[in-house]
Amino acid sequence: MTDLAAPCPDIRTNRLPHEDYQANFGDCHPALTRHEARVEASRCYYCYDAPCVEACPTGIDVPGFIRRIATGNLHGAAVTILDANIMGGMCSRVCPTEILCEQRCVRTQADQHPVAIGALQRHATDALLARGEQPFRRAPDSGRRVAVVGAGPAGLSCAHRLARLGHQVTLIEARAKPGGLNEYGIAAYKTVDDFAQREVAFILGIGSIELVTGKALGQDVSLTDLRQSHDAVFLGLGHNAVRALGVDGENLPGVRNATDFIAQLRQADDKAQFPIGRRVVVIGGGNTAVDAAVQARRLGADEVTIAYRRGKAQMSATGDEQDWAQTNGVALRLHARPRRILGDARGVQAVEFEDTREAGAAFTIAADMVLKAIGQYFLPTPLQGSRDLEPLEIDRDRIVVDADRQTSLPGVFAGGDCITGVDLTVTAVEDGKIAALAIDRLLRG
Amino acid sequence: MSSLISNFVGIKSPNPLWLASAPPTDKAYNVVRAFKAGWGGVVWKTLGEDPPIVNVSSRYGAIGFNGAAIAGFNNIELITDRPLALNLAEIKQVKRDWPDRAVVVSLMVPCTEASWKAILGPVEDTGCDGIELNFGCPHGMSERGMGAAVGQVPDYVEMVTRWCKQHSRLPVIVKLTPNITNILLPARAAKRGGADAVSLINTIQSITAIDLDRMAPEPVVDGKGTHGGYCGPAVKPIALRMVAEIARDPECRGMAISGIGGISTWRDAAEFIACGASTVQVCTAVMHHGFRIVEDMAEGLTTWMAGKGYTEVRDFCGAAIPNFVHWDDLNLNYKTLARIDQERCIQCGKCHIACEDTSHQAIAARRDGAERHYEVIDAECVGCNLCAHVCPVEDCITMVPVDRGLPPRTWKQHPNNPMRQDAAD
Ligand SMILES: Cc1cc2nc3c(=O)[nH]c(=O)nc-3n(C[C@H](O)[C@H](O)[C@H](O)COP(=O)(O)OP(=O)(O)OC[C@H]3O[C@@H](n4cnc5c(N)ncnc54)[C@H](O)[C@@H]3O)c2cc1C
Ligand SMILES: Cc1cc2nc3c(=O)[nH]c(=O)nc-3n(C[C@H](O)[C@H](O)[C@H](O)COP(=O)(O)O)c2cc1C
Ligand code: SF4
Repeated sequence: MTDLAAPCPDIRTNRLPHEDYQANFGDCHPALTRHEARVEASRCYYCYDAPCVEACPTGIDVPGFIRRIATGNLHGAAVTILDANIMGGMCSRVCPTEILCEQRCVRTQADQHPVAIGALQRHATDALLARGEQPFRRAPDSGRRVAVVGAGPAGLSCAHRLARLGHQVTLIEARAKPGGLNEYGIAAYKTVDDFAQREVAFILGIGSIELVTGKALGQDVSLTDLRQSHDAVFLGLGHNAVRALGVDGENLPGVRNATDFIAQLRQADDKAQFPIGRRVVVIGGGNTAVDAAVQARRLGADEVTIAYRRGKAQMSATGDEQDWAQTNGVALRLHARPRRILGDARGVQAVEFEDTREAGAAFTIAADMVLKAIGQYFLPTPLQGSRDLEPLEIDRDRIVVDADRQTSLPGVFAGGDCITGVDLTVTAVEDGKIAALAIDRLLRG
Repeated sequence: MSSLISNFVGIKSPNPLWLASAPPTDKAYNVVRAFKAGWGGVVWKTLGEDPPIVNVSSRYGAIGFNGAAIAGFNNIELITDRPLALNLAEIKQVKRDWPDRAVVVSLMVPCTEASWKAILGPVEDTGCDGIELNFGCPHGMSERGMGAAVGQVPDYVEMVTRWCKQHSRLPVIVKLTPNITNILLPARAAKRGGADAVSLINTIQSITAIDLDRMAPEPVVDGKGTHGGYCGPAVKPIALRMVAEIARDPECRGMAISGIGGISTWRDAAEFIACGASTVQVCTAVMHHGFRIVEDMAEGLTTWMAGKGYTEVRDFCGAAIPNFVHWDDLNLNYKTLARIDQERCIQCGKCHIACEDTSHQAIAARRDGAERHYEVIDAECVGCNLCAHVCPVEDCITMVPVDRGLPPRTWKQHPNNPMRQDAAD
């Protein structure tokens, strides 16, 4: 099927004038000015038993912090937020507020226009982080030491809360930089100016957290070791595997995991030097697919198509994310299941799809690059080192935990993407917080 | 078709919407712009004796509310700081050029007959329509025995009014200060002195804010501040009450009222007129938004009047006064209950927490999963209106009168009243 006359895949750098990269990867939702924040804050009704508080996975006292902004008590606003959610800064940038707090804002009902809770949250937390101060004090040293594995949102949240409660923390991270997907996953235009690292520095600023990077559980250290050397362990391992399509051509050059593509793009200092195909097909229907597709467009790809096997309503990307893809000129192809990827040693040329509504109907979409975004999952390999004799209970690729986020092994807790539940930064932060509080009770019990 | 044409103690103007004596009426330039915009009349910025006073720099303070600018405004300016002759010449020219508009001249001179007599002649020569005696300025001038220092002593009010009536043929309007316990005393004194009208209110003594860095009252003048005169939307309720108080006073009957204080919209104007004012004066609202607000004020007033079947302002002037009674004339058997329209309810919970924490625990909060239900407990509701006021949704909470089958009964007749008048007498 290899067509020698077919042109080489068109993948290259510098597709756009240099200044366009600046704009395309700058802040997609610029911060509110002080005036905008005051005006927006004054829209909050300061509800009693406010539905938005409940809709926030970390239970931030939303009316409370917005009132503080309105009265000019910006510091108090930030502390109110960070007390419930130490990553209030990142969450204000990446939370899908349209399905969380803002969806439940009573003004959505009153005048179809919720208070911009996320933007206000950013206004308050940015101000505090800019001053570089740590508003929380550590409780007197408990003499206990806890190992936290994975410096993503779950692990960092857990570590900070443990430190606040007076415990010593060893934070073990396999990658070179801490932050987890805040550093390697979130779309570049959502978190500009190295915000992920600035926030990590802020979190570590509480002290008594020893960060060890470049060390992996299962390779450099085992769970058994950690349980021996520490009083408790928290696992915030995230996902570590990507689902495969299982079709021919999946290993052709130019076919990549969307998460790897995104991670590399996040680390690229000069986006103009990042190679991108002229025609890009993204396979999947979630927010990762949207992030990959939009960033491909913003790198200068001419034609970017998201191909998803079911209908719009089944897509896990939120309505706002779908709109965002559309405004960025991404085409959406529904009911399209990939049958095989066409190409040769030089690279990919097209993806052949079948129409899931009509047996036998097929079509192809030409592509220079294919990004797979059909889901990540957790492989328990790090927990299956030779010395870990007691197995952790796993169910459908996720670590099983109770309400306290304790696993089947006493003293071992887990949270974030590696446990059952929605995969969001904010839920990972909440898991870490809940686990830390439970660990504290356990250690003081 | 309703008409706004106004005749206020003989002073004619195309509408009853005037500008109060203040910076907007400080000189011909402003006044001409105001007339072009459609204002019916002006009370010229208060004139005094030469040499003119001197103003400070940094003159106004203001408080906003919930994101909106200038809910209340204060100033530490004095009367005009321009030479008398210049003002008189401009007044003369403006009146000549705008004969159909009301031009009233505000005056404040030392409390001697000679001083008042001396200024009245030249003022009358301008051809102006009337004079307004500024007995209200609460700062700066009162320290010199003028303004509020006169307005707070009814005998002085009467005396100066009488001098002006004696030495001038012009209609005399006495502008009252609200910085007094009983507004009726200076109003009645004005009447005794022969005043054609009173105008009120002038500004209220105030400190709008303290600058917490400089630890000084605002507006701060080189590190220090002083009390100023408060005006703007925040003072409207105070002004409205004082106007109504005079309007219903039998001793003040026959004296016209020009209503002032926080008027910003046609609705405000209509309320003052309903309380007995036959013209209204505006200052802060134009300082906030410019003269153009008069368009909507005139239009809105006419449209509303037409809807109510009023052909002229006189038709509803004072219409609310018969219903402005003393507390002990209110019917204690009247009862209303709060009603929450569940369809409109947005579940903000404000009615519940307000009633629960600070009123009568009469709104039950129920949870049904994520849904919140707020329901009035009729047996506990005293009909205070608090919930309806805190509810952010229009017409969601209404106060519904309930018929208890009881005849009206006032405090005067109530058995709990030790001083009740017996049914017999
Ligand atoms: C492309 C993409 C975009 C996203 N966009 C959003 C968004 O806009 N909004 C939102 O709310 N959520 C978004 N998410 C989801 C969100 O990023 C995750 O839910 C969140 O980061 C989960 O946090 P975590 O701490 O559980 O895992 P991670 O962030 O994945 O962190 C896990 C950490 O553990 C480390 N680790 C893993 N294994 C080991 C080991 N064996 N030893 C030591 N360290 C280890 C990893 O290196 C990593 O640093 C996105 C996810 C992706 C993939
Ligand atoms: C800056 C300023 C200066 C004023 N100067 C005078 C004045 O010279 N003479 C006077 O009678 N009233 C003066 N006033 C009071 C106004 O005429 C008016 O009575 C008062 O502001 C209330 O009306 P308002 O709420 O519409 O502003 C002044 C008010 C302000 C704000
Ligand atoms: S009217 Fe007053 S007492 Fe009645 S429910 Fe409302 S707030 Fe409570």
